[in-house]
Amino acid sequence: MATPATNGDQEREVLRMEGITLRFDHVTALDRVDFSLRRGETCIVQGAAGSGKTVLLKIALGLIRPDEGHIYIFGKEMTRAPEQDWMEARAAMGILFQEGGLFDSMTIEENVAYPLENIKAVHCPRDEVRPRVEEALQFVELGHTLEKVPSELSGGMRRRVGIARAVVTRPKLVLYDSPTAGLDPITATTIMALVAKERDTRHTATALVTHRYQDGHLLANYTWDAGRGRLARSDGGGSASRTRFLVLCEGRKVFEGSQEELESSTDEYISQFARRWKE
Amino acid sequence: MLDWLKPQVLALQNFVTLSGRAYVNLFRSPHYLDDIILQMDTIGVGSLPIVLLTGIFSGATITLQMSRALNQYGASGEVGQIVAISLVRELGPVLSAVTVAGRNASGMASELGSMKVTEQIDAMRALGTDPTQKLVTPRLVAIAVVQPLLTILADAIGLLGGYLMAVVALHLTTDMQYWSSAHQALEYDDILQGLLKPFVFAQIIALVGCYYGMFTTGGAQGVGRSTTQAVVTSIVWVFVVNLFIGQFFINLK
Ligand SMILES: Nc1ncnc2c1ncn2[C@@H]1O[C@H](COP(=O)(O)OP(=O)(O)OP(=O)(O)O)[C@@H](O)[C@H]1O
Ligand SMILES: [Mg+2]
Repeated sequence: MATPATNGDQEREVLRMEGITLRFDHVTALDRVDFSLRRGETCIVQGAAGSGKTVLLKIALGLIRPDEGHIYIFGKEMTRAPEQDWMEARAAMGILFQEGGLFDSMTIEENVAYPLENIKAVHCPRDEVRPRVEEALQFVELGHTLEKVPSELSGGMRRRVGIARAVVTRPKLVLYDSPTAGLDPITATTIMALVAKERDTRHTATALVTHRYQDGHLLANYTWDAGRGRLARSDGGGSASRTRFLVLCEGRKVFEGSQEELESSTDEYISQFARRWKE
Repeated sequence: MLDWLKPQVLALQNFVTLSGRAYVNLFRSPHYLDDIILQMDTIGVGSLPIVLLTGIFSGATITLQMSRALNQYGASGEVGQIVAISLVRELGPVLSAVTVAGRNASGMASELGSMKVTEQIDAMRALGTDPTQKLVTPRLVAIAVVQPLLTILADAIGLLGGYLMAVVALHLTTDMQYWSSAHQALEYDDILQGLLKPFVFAQIIALVGCYYGMFTTGGAQGVGRSTTQAVVTSIVWVFVVNLFIGQFFINLK
């Protein structure tokens, strides 16, 4: 397969999937999907329910093995790697699950500490766990909830804990599965601000699955202004050129390109995921 | 036909793989001792009341039912023997297994099942732990240790139930005679059979319960389905395997 990427680009390539096909009993969940992500890059994954967004992220983490195709993590071929190698690779990846995936038998502190204590490749000394958990919870502005259990928190707070747990290991790649689904617009924007903050303060590669057009718009056009502690409209270039949009339809990739290209698409399915008004 | 067979074969394959991993993990670190102890507590201590109640009533019931037949043959003095053998060989192990299956195969399936549908199982793998090691193996170990103990207690209290019925209520026999006939009736291989059965049944319960939990799909509704299937399947397998173990011990003689 011809890849135009230069050597330098490949080095910075965090994730690469080629021709991924995944079949379940009666459905083809993914059909020859290519996907790649470089450092500091953002990819917005959209598509109707059941189009294969979640399974795409799970394949990237090695939680599901594809039937066909190749996966490279940080340039290393992982397609048939044993679970051991995946465990190591996952140390540099964080994920927020669609259904939350918080351990409901554990406190918030234990939840966020879990990856630090269990991923061997993270190498976090025992006495550093607590400060890092506090730091991660402060990052999502939930510093006061350490002793609570997930069921005591609201849906939006649980998402934020999920983000804290995803980023506590300081991963190079963070995958967010529908972080704003089912939230009110205000909370959704708070969550998206956290996603942008994580991306822009630590220059992580970000893949975000979403149903909301606004989420992609926000990541493409705003950056986190650390000085003022809020989002600011980016002055052209910057994150816009580094944000790609990807649309899945019944397991096939039907669109990949910039926000502009997405908006000018005349395809009936694809244009549903674009904003149909101008600011 | 083939369409019907395929999912069954796939399910069996998944079950065997999961079970295989659960046993292999016994010899691999990390060992989650805390989880084993927690499970022993929920399974063992939690099931104790119901297992004891089942035991005492079944002991008393066999005595009641047998008393007429024994009277006819003028053998009512032998009631202790009948109670002891039927309890230790059959009723103790089987009834305890059925009660524990009802309580804990369902508990495991619903607990792991709801973890599955809320992606907690995926999260475990993503965050550096093997869910089989962390969830299945501790349950397997805990129940395999606890079930024989529960069964011993069920047997003992069943004998007591038989005693209360035979001696105190029906005056079939005397104190001494009841206990000595019970004691004499039991042979070494009865005890062995009575302990081997719960040890094997326990593993069926844990593996079936965990299997249905770990392979739950379809949200909250799926959890309900898994729970029911776990109980039904584990109880059926307990009865099937019970027959084979019984046959094995009869051939031994
Ligand atoms: N464990 C599984 N067994 C069988 N089929 C599955 C399984 N997981 C996913 N699928 C199927 O794969 C397809 C893609 O599912 P996926 O969860 O990736 O959808 P999605 O794009 O994330 O949808 P949503 O927006 O609703 O989250 C669906 O048709 C789904 O039914
Ligand atoms: Mg999904």
